[in-house]
Amino acid sequence: MSCTQTIMDYGLRAIGYGERLLPRDDFTLCQQFTLIGSGMIWNVYFGVLALLTGFLFATLLAVGKASSSPWIRKPAEWFIFLFRGSPLFIQFFFGYFLFLELKQVFPIFAPFTAAWLGALVVLFLNTAAYSAEIFYGALQSIPKGDVEAADAYGLSGWPRFKNVIWPTMLRLAWPAYTNEAIFLFHATTLVFFSGFPAWQQRGDALYYASYFADKTFNPFIPYPILAGYFILLTLIIVGIFGLINRRLNRHLPSNTRQKTKIRLNLIR
Amino acid sequence: MACYLTTGKHMSIYWSVLTVLSLLAITAPTALAFGFAGASAARSRIAPLSWLGRGYVAIVRGVPDIAFFLFFVIALDQMIEWSRHKILCPEWTDPIRQGNDFIVCSAAKMPLGTAPQWVHEAYGFSIAIFTFAIVFGAFAANVLFGAMRAVPRAQLETAESYGMSPRQTFWRVLVPQMWVYALPGLSNLWMVLIKATPLLFLLGIEDIVYWARELGGLKTSRFTDYPHGDWRMQYFLALLVFYLIFTRLSEIVLARLMTRLTRGQATTAGEAQRKAA
Repeated sequence: MSCTQTIMDYGLRAIGYGERLLPRDDFTLCQQFTLIGSGMIWNVYFGVLALLTGFLFATLLAVGKASSSPWIRKPAEWFIFLFRGSPLFIQFFFGYFLFLELKQVFPIFAPFTAAWLGALVVLFLNTAAYSAEIFYGALQSIPKGDVEAADAYGLSGWPRFKNVIWPTMLRLAWPAYTNEAIFLFHATTLVFFSGFPAWQQRGDALYYASYFADKTFNPFIPYPILAGYFILLTLIIVGIFGLINRRLNRHLPSNTRQKTKIRLNLIR
Repeated sequence: MACYLTTGKHMSIYWSVLTVLSLLAITAPTALAFGFAGASAARSRIAPLSWLGRGYVAIVRGVPDIAFFLFFVIALDQMIEWSRHKILCPEWTDPIRQGNDFIVCSAAKMPLGTAPQWVHEAYGFSIAIFTFAIVFGAFAANVLFGAMRAVPRAQLETAESYGMSPRQTFWRVLVPQMWVYALPGLSNLWMVLIKATPLLFLLGIEDIVYWARELGGLKTSRFTDYPHGDWRMQYFLALLVFYLIFTRLSEIVLARLMTRLTRGQATTAGEAQRKAA
C-alpha cells in the first residue's frame, strides 16, 4: 500500500472519515505519521477553542480578582484557587463523572459526556483560571502614571479600561500568556486518558501514539513522531503569538520591547 | 457509613494515599539531585559535559510531559531487560526485536517470572519513581541553572580574590547563595510535582485515581455487603479536595521557608528584613 493511499485512508481518521479499522499489524512508518498527525486535529481543536473562550473569561476573572468589592473578589479568587490548586487530570475525571450524573437527571447534558464538549468545558475553565492569574499579575503592575494620565484626560469607567488599562495589561501579560498557551496545547493530550472515551477510536495524537507503542511494544518510533509534531505546533504558536506581541508593542521603540522568553511551566 | 469506609477493600485507598506521599518524598530529593547534577554539568568548563547538561535541560522542552512518562516507562524497562539479556544470555542468537515482539531470554526478564507479586509491584513503582525523577530533574536543572547565574558576579569575584579555587568558590560561595534565588522556581516545581502525581495512574500503579474509580463504580448486593450506585463523582470530589488542601498547605510552608532563607541575603527582600528588625 502506497503512502498516499495511507494518507487518503487515515488522514482524517481522528474525526471519523476514511478507513474504519485501525491498522493491526505490519505497521509502516507512514501509517504512524499519518495517524498521529490526524490525532493532532483534536489537540488543535481543544487548544484553539479553549484558548479563545478562556481568554474572554480570564479577563473577566482578572478584573474580578482586582475588584475592591469582596462580593466580586472572593468568588474570583476561589475559582482561580480551585482550578490552579488541583491537578487537571483529576478535574477531567471529576468533570466527566459529574456530567454522567447530570445526564441522568437532565438529558440535555448528554453531549457533555463526550470528549468534544465535556473536555472542552474543563479545559476552558482550567485555562481561564491560569490566564486570569497571569492577567491579574499584569493588572497589578500597570504603571501608576498610565492610569493617572488617563484620569487627567477625563477618562473613567469603560473607556478608561478599554483604551488604557486593558491594552497595557495585555502587553505586560503577553510573554507569560504565550507560555500558558503552549502548555494548554500540551495539556490537551490528557483528554483521552482521563475518563472521556475515545468513541470509535477517534482519539488525539497521544492516543494513537500510545496505541502504536502498545501494539508494537516499541516506544522509540511513535513517541518521537509525537514529539516532532508538538515541537512543530509549539513553533507555530510562538510565531503567531510573536506577531500579536509585535502589534501590541508597535508604538514602542524597538529596543525597549520585551522579548518573549519561553519558560517551561510544566504540567498542571 | 463508618463501617463502609473501613472495609478491607476501602483500606487500600488509604494505603494508596501513602503511595502518593512516598512517591513525593522519594522523587523530590532524587529529582533535586538530578537537577543539581544537570545544572552543574551545564555550567562546567569541559565542553562535552556542558553539552550533556544543556541537552538534558533542553530535551524536555516543547513536548507534552505525559508523552515522556509513557515513553520512559517502556523505554527504561526495555533498556534494563536488554542489558540483562546481553549479560546473562550471551549464547542467545535470535534478534530481540522480532516484528512486533520484544523477546529476551527468561533469565533476563525483569522482574523474574517466578518472583512474588510484591516484587512486581515494587519494580513498577521504582520505574515510575525513576521516570518522575528524570523528567522533574530536567525541570529542576533548569531552575538551578538560572539560580546559579543569578548569584551576583561580585560575590564570586570576591571569593576568587581571596584565593579560593573554582571548586571552593562553587561549594562555599555559589551553592549556599543560590538557594534563595532557586526557591521560587523550586516551590513552583513542587506544586507541579504534587499535581503530577495522579499521572501515576497512567504508569500502571494502583494509586488513588485507580482506587477512586474502582471503589466508586457501581456495586450490587451480589458482590458486597454495602451496595451503592455510581459514586465515582463523589470519590473524585474527595480527591479534588485532598489536592486542594495539600497544595494550600505547601504554599503556606514554602512561604515560611522563603522568609527564613532570605534572612541575611543580598536581595531586596533580605534588605527589607534587615531594616524591619
